[in-house]
Amino acid sequence: MKYLDEYRNEELAQKVVGEIRRIVTKPWVVMEVCGGQTHTIVKYGIDHMIPPEVELVHGPGCPVCVTSLEMIDKAHAIARRPDVVFTSFGDMLRVPGSDGDLLVLKSRGADIRVVYSPIDALKIARANPDKKVVFFAIGFETTAPGNAMAVFQARKQGIKNFSVLVSHVLVPPAIASILQSPFNRVQGFLGPGHVCTVMGYREYEPIAERFHVPIVITGFEPLDILQGVLMTIQQLEQGKWDVENQYPRVVKREGNLMAQDLVDQVFEIGDRKWRGVGSIPKSGYKLRYEFRDHDAERIFEVEEIDTKEPEICISGLVLRGVKKPHDCPAFGTLCNPEHPLGATMVSAEGACAAYYAYGRHLQQPNQRSEAKHKTVEEPV
Amino acid sequence: MGSCPIPISDYREIVLAHGSGGKLSQQLIQKIVVPQFRNELLEPLHDGAIFSVNGARLAFSTDSFVVSPIFFPGGDIGKLAVHGTVNDLSMCGARPLYLSAGFILEEGTSMEDFWRIVTSMRVAAGEAGVALVTGDTKVVDRGKADKIFINTSGIGVVPDGVDIAPGRARVGDKVILSGEIAVHGMAIMSVREGLEFETQIASDTAPLNRLVESILAAAPDVHVLRDPTRGGVTSALTEIAQTAKVGIRLNEAKIPISEEVKGACEILGLDPLYVANEGKLLAVVPAESASTALTAMRIHPLGSNAAIIGEVVADHPEFVTMKTRVGGTRVVDMLSGEQLPRIC
Repeated sequence: MKYLDEYRNEELAQKVVGEIRRIVTKPWVVMEVCGGQTHTIVKYGIDHMIPPEVELVHGPGCPVCVTSLEMIDKAHAIARRPDVVFTSFGDMLRVPGSDGDLLVLKSRGADIRVVYSPIDALKIARANPDKKVVFFAIGFETTAPGNAMAVFQARKQGIKNFSVLVSHVLVPPAIASILQSPFNRVQGFLGPGHVCTVMGYREYEPIAERFHVPIVITGFEPLDILQGVLMTIQQLEQGKWDVENQYPRVVKREGNLMAQDLVDQVFEIGDRKWRGVGSIPKSGYKLRYEFRDHDAERIFEVEEIDTKEPEICISGLVLRGVKKPHDCPAFGTLCNPEHPLGATMVSAEGACAAYYAYGRHLQQPNQRSEAKHKTVEEPV
Repeated sequence: MGSCPIPISDYREIVLAHGSGGKLSQQLIQKIVVPQFRNELLEPLHDGAIFSVNGARLAFSTDSFVVSPIFFPGGDIGKLAVHGTVNDLSMCGARPLYLSAGFILEEGTSMEDFWRIVTSMRVAAGEAGVALVTGDTKVVDRGKADKIFINTSGIGVVPDGVDIAPGRARVGDKVILSGEIAVHGMAIMSVREGLEFETQIASDTAPLNRLVESILAAAPDVHVLRDPTRGGVTSALTEIAQTAKVGIRLNEAKIPISEEVKGACEILGLDPLYVANEGKLLAVVPAESASTALTAMRIHPLGSNAAIIGEVVADHPEFVTMKTRVGGTRVVDMLSGEQLPRIC
């Protein structure tokens, strides 16, 4: 297929791998920020193709994974109400809350529907005026313009029975938080290609400068990832820390200004709790006061919920790149996609689920490329 | 039966994923159903059971159809119901002879729709050369079913010398796929409520019995046949690997897929290896017969795009690996539930 096959070409891929092999002189730890990138890496076996000096660790960029348990439980409390049609992106349905997931609630009679776009949720609201239609507005900056547009249109068209449960998160504060951690091992980043399509990459420049880390904004096809790794290793080997753009066919330095403007009209920046990571200041979006009539948290007044996380789950450490999925004693045994203990096992973009889906739990330890790297001690 | 404790399961209710053809479906059957009826015909969990009656080897199979919408590009629920059981019998190496049909109709369903479906079944049965010889009809209250559900069962005769079973896959065998994958699933997706997108993709639903006859005439030593319906190519091959305790290695670049289906899968974030097919089969064939079988398939209109997509190996027994397009390797595992679209 045009514009896809070119980026999945074996011959070119081998050339880039050869080039990485040629220039690398010592071990480096590179984090791919996005869950979509993790997915590509594991799906195409890229981590097995690159030289052993380069260790890829998986970042926090899976919005489904980092949505806090409190927020999931709030979603469940709202979805259980008989007057509600609860709409969500597909992979949110299997995320375990304190008591089951949305699929189980659906089997018990809750009206829960998968949509591909928040605009579809708006259509459902228009078609069902006697129901309260709620959209679970999660995601990074990538989904924010679409979600903002749905709220904007709802107000403009006077669709009063439409609201959003907002749990938006932002990438730059998460990267900064990883770099500030005393346990940080990450030396370079593959930056989030689709987030930067919307936001541009100016806001990454001060981070690269402050922490002396190269950040290469990278796409999602196998050759994008390999080229992103090559560009990062080139910088690391040369002692540079620039923000570079591997994904210029989509990403511009200033991003999509119209989308940014819309997001700014509807959302404001606030603190946000990340599942497994904790609260990060100024790391999320919330609805502006003018749009309060479409804010599900206000409308349904769900009280504070007492949440329970399984003690054994290390998803927080996986999300920060401190641990790999198979460092977890529960990986592939107690915890699997049929019975996930933590969110990184649920979404296809979660590192644990990607490892599981592509059979890493079936491999002998000596077959795991990651086994060649020493695992760091677990932080307290 | 009433005193038997319910086996421990992760779910207290049936969820949709129990019907997806992946791991939860497998667990539901293995944990709840099989232990109650344990017998040597049931336990291989093949597409049908094969047994002898007065010297004749018969295959017996059943399948239920709940597809929504009931009319879709390339077919309807009636045609699918006939093809489904014809194909399950064919995957036993049998020549399908007789079908039954059970209808569960929702009160209020249009008589016109029912008529269209029944006539479509007549045409499909005629094409496949099977007779519908018995049936049943029930009507339920509005809302207790979704327009129309159909169950079909069928009986066929297994010719002498044919011995097809998932457990017979042997190291060195070649895996042949009869054509482009993921067509049926994407045709259904394209007309599903709330997801309509413009495409020319029409379901590949077709009776595979004549294709199987051609293959068996050319290569009677075929080891396994499987139609990769629910759960797609991946689930079918994983089941074969598990049953035969062998590994299967695929080559992604060799798997036939149309540009349109590939595009639709990309847009919707679905992996075509897990998407349903209704007119395709997988054949596991000894290496020495592979080219004969492949040629026989390619001559037949339903197998014109057939390709050898992989082989049976001694490494990694019970799971399927794939050389990816860019030259990496990964495991291809069964899905645990429904394939859910990803957010980004």
